[in-house]
Amino acid sequence: MRKKLVVIGAGMASGRMLEHLTEAQPDAWEITLFNAEPRGNYNRIMLSPVLAGEQTYEGIITHDDDWYGARGITCRFGEHVVKIDCERKVVEGQNGPVPYDKLVIATGSAPFIIPVPGKDLPGVITYRDLDDTNAMIEAADKGGKAVVIGGGLLGLEGAAGLAGRGMDVTVLHLMGHLMERQLDEAAGYLLRRDLEARGITIKTQASTKAILGAGRAEAVLLESGEVLEADLVVMSVGIRPETRLATDAGLTVARGIEVNAQMQTSDPDIYAVGECIEFDGNLFGLVAPLYDQAKALARSLMDEADAFVVKDTATKLKVTGCDLFSAGDFADVPGREDIVFRDPARGIYKRLVIEGDRLVGAVMYGDTADGAWFHGLIKDGTEIEELRETLIFGPAYQGGATADPLSAVAALPPEAEICGCNGICKGTIVSAIEGGATDLGAVRAKTKASASCGTCTGLVEQLLQVTLGDAFEAPTAQPICGCTDLSHEDVRRLIMTKGLKCQDAVWQELGWATRNGCHVCRPAVNFYLLATWPMEYQDDPQSRFVNERKHANIQKDGTFSVVPRMWGGITNPAELRAIADAADKYNVPTVKVTGGQRIDLLGVEGEDLPAIWADLNKAGLVSGHAYSKGLRTVKTCVGTDHCRFGTQDSTGLGIKLEKILWGSWTPHKVKLAVSGCPRNCAEATCKDVGIVCVDSGYQVGIGGAAGMDLKETERLVDVATEQEAIDVTVAFVQLYRENAKYLDRPYKWLAKVGLDWIRTRVVDDLAERARLIAAFEVSQSIYRKDPWAEHAQTRADSYAPLADLTLEAAE
Amino acid sequence: MTWLDIGHIDDIPLRGARKIKTALGCVALFRTAQDEVFAVTDRCPHKGGPLSEGIVHGRSVTCPLHNWVFDLNTGQAQGEDGRVATYPVRIEADRILIDGTALGKRNAA
Ligand code: SRM
Ligand SMILES: Cc1cc2nc3c(=O)[nH]c(=O)nc-3n(C[C@H](O)[C@H](O)[C@H](O)COP(=O)(O)OP(=O)(O)OC[C@H]3O[C@@H](n4cnc5c(N)ncnc54)[C@H](O)[C@@H]3O)c2cc1C
Ligand code: SF4
Ligand code: FES
Repeated sequence: MRKKLVVIGAGMASGRMLEHLTEAQPDAWEITLFNAEPRGNYNRIMLSPVLAGEQTYEGIITHDDDWYGARGITCRFGEHVVKIDCERKVVEGQNGPVPYDKLVIATGSAPFIIPVPGKDLPGVITYRDLDDTNAMIEAADKGGKAVVIGGGLLGLEGAAGLAGRGMDVTVLHLMGHLMERQLDEAAGYLLRRDLEARGITIKTQASTKAILGAGRAEAVLLESGEVLEADLVVMSVGIRPETRLATDAGLTVARGIEVNAQMQTSDPDIYAVGECIEFDGNLFGLVAPLYDQAKALARSLMDEADAFVVKDTATKLKVTGCDLFSAGDFADVPGREDIVFRDPARGIYKRLVIEGDRLVGAVMYGDTADGAWFHGLIKDGTEIEELRETLIFGPAYQGGATADPLSAVAALPPEAEICGCNGICKGTIVSAIEGGATDLGAVRAKTKASASCGTCTGLVEQLLQVTLGDAFEAPTAQPICGCTDLSHEDVRRLIMTKGLKCQDAVWQELGWATRNGCHVCRPAVNFYLLATWPMEYQDDPQSRFVNERKHANIQKDGTFSVVPRMWGGITNPAELRAIADAADKYNVPTVKVTGGQRIDLLGVEGEDLPAIWADLNKAGLVSGHAYSKGLRTVKTCVGTDHCRFGTQDSTGLGIKLEKILWGSWTPHKVKLAVSGCPRNCAEATCKDVGIVCVDSGYQVGIGGAAGMDLKETERLVDVATEQEAIDVTVAFVQLYRENAKYLDRPYKWLAKVGLDWIRTRVVDDLAERARLIAAFEVSQSIYRKDPWAEHAQTRADSYAPLADLTLEAAE
Repeated sequence: MTWLDIGHIDDIPLRGARKIKTALGCVALFRTAQDEVFAVTDRCPHKGGPLSEGIVHGRSVTCPLHNWVFDLNTGQAQGEDGRVATYPVRIEADRILIDGTALGKRNAA
């Protein structure tokens, strides 16, 4: 008598199992196959090419009616199984029961739906089966806007397909970079760049709050408050093993249906295979391991010994033109080592992770031809000690070629502007060099390039090097740090001219030697990006020194100081009371008047910061940024309000300047002072910008210092009106932001570029002055706000310890 | 080993750190750009700087007080004679698990 086999789910895993089983034992089984979808087994992974219009459904069918017919398989397609009765060994379909001797559960998984309002609206779909694919094709035919939630493999394939069909597509991704499970940031950046190049908008760190619409989906609302119009919303945020039948039947289910290496569940007559299972703590989302499971299962059913083992799987993305590959394991194990190769010109990135003398992981973008070879080395655990030096170049390594550190410069087109001050482009400089200008001085003399502010000096030197080859003496420009050969000036300029708008773009395009910089270069790069692209780039707190990340100065014992702003040094009884109350409430050990005309609460516990800030906020007190590379204080004297010598309202001007400039990030800290007369009680002549009021108006000085160096300000200009004094100050600060090297105070930068260079731009050229002021305002539209209020309201949790494990010990 | 569930991986910012309090003092948990986690004593051997406040780069952290750089794998300070203790920690289903035995106690509070 033939044994009765019932299979629930006609997907890729059970399909493969049936192939093995019916081939080896064509007559041993009487098989009933249920499938909730109204069709048999097709190659689900090819749905993306179907969506993209590169395939048809007919072309991806694995088993057609003839196939099932030839094997005598009873197909109950379009019928859900609703119950498994393990006692009676009967499976109940919607259209009636079937008894079994052996049962296989192969129900796959279900897309995870994020529980936001509007998730059930028509127009919101998932991406799992042919019906979803057809719904997407139908929606795309009508055109309009699509929002894809989830920047993983499925979401991106869906997005590319929809974009290819002419929809205006935005991908929302919760994490910092795309496909973060498979790719590192560098590869994620390149992928993003390629997808953006085909018109797809990508928003990372975007969290969906709700789907809006009356009757059907019309828009997606983000946590940030942003609203994106959407005619179609595709949810593709992950999958959950489909375990409901197993759970109801009382089988052991963790995240998936638990099976042993023979694919047997906790009931010996019931087996499970595919994405619905959990084996040894692992879940599965790619077909390669499912095929191994299918084989192991077929052999178990035939009473032959076999055991499924988890092997490493590799991922590729099926989007034509986006070549990526990822395999192996990047997880935390002591003693691992990275080999990174980047070719910015060709958009190639490769990273190998080595442990001991084995390759354990590989990520590649742009050139994935060697993927299979690396994957083989990983799976086989091949010893790579011998190959180590040349491993990254792959099996076809021919000898030698390493990345050229100058390739970024070499790759610039001839019309690329090198010297912004004098408008000199690369072609002009190269022809000068070829015409005999073989050192920096000669290039300067002949073309004027790098003869003004000097920030392009490094670039000109590199052009000399590229053009002259060995004939050029190595430049002396200091690289930022060991992560790069480029100087600060080079990096700044390249960020601008190459349009680099995120850190990963900088690491990749400028050939950084480390994965994400170090404590020296990363804060600098973060500042350059933020100053160059205030609207596009999002400030990265993790690239800031602790003081700027926590908006408080760290003390030697790990506590913090809290300095609220006192605009122009003016305060009032209510503020002072709030400060006194806060000092009491949070046991502040030291309350000190600072050298910057305000009050410092020293020794506050890190965990108390959000609370003390919230209390101070209630009295109208905001952050004094005593910790930032940004505007610190504007010291003032009492001026005309009270002083018998005062010539102008120095206090009022100081307050106005502080209100305009506060919150801005600058290369180093910036301190101002306004004195009401040349007696200079506010010490304005040793500040970064110091204004001394006189009868005829305002003397604006810049580049003073009273720290490690002592410097008197240099007179920039004398102006008649308060407004002009403000304009010149703001324009100067913006010029400093745009040009100075990170951690150069204004006086150091002034010494490099010269007073005349600054004066031309800030004083003489009124159009440039207006541009500088406008650019500053654009940036301030984002940064002129109180970080304390923001953190106290939205990030207070992050100031507390993640867990306290001491409590129980104390009990 | 007893694995204690400390929190969700997203509770630690990418390229960032959080600390936990334990009977042995504070322990800093780091999350690298690659979503790896590491746990080391939150006290710099130089002058006691809180490493959880440092900048995380690659698999290293820089002490916020005087810029010693520590390899999070080994706890060794780069080019200095000093190291911090490391603790076994791993990620499972996005939860951060730390070895309670190594922390000298058995159960999560
Ligand atoms: C609190 C204060 C001293 C005081 O009790 O008065 C102070 C405290 C610190 N100063 Fe200052 N400076 C303070 C006014 C000054 C002044 C005077 C002034 O602003 O009029 C100067 C000289 C003026 C100048 O900047 O040119 C000053 C020149 C420095 C320097 C040297 C800067 C330079 O370019 O040479 C540093 C080091 C640095 O920034 O790299 C520094 C650094 C520091 C740091 C932030 C050291 C650090 O990195 O941890 C100190 C933080 C202490 C803490 O934990 O809170 N502090 N510091 C003053 C805060 C003013 C405020 O209200 O914000
Ligand atoms: C668009 C897309 C692209 C993909 N690309 C890749 C790729 O490039 N590489 C890769 O390795 N993997 C890819 N995958 C994943 C791969 O398709 C899955 O891993 C694989 O299909 C899972 O096989 P399975 O048999 O476990 O489940 P499925 O193939 O999902 O089959 C399960 C079947 O069970 C049915 N079922 C569920 N519950 C019941 C019930 N109660 N009664 C009756 N029937 C039921 C379902 O209707 C379904 O037909 C992709 C997936 C999708 C959706
Ligand atoms: S002078 Fe030195 S010790 Fe005093 S506050 Fe400034 S930095 Fe600290
Ligand atoms: S305390 Fe860490 S480097 Fe000094």
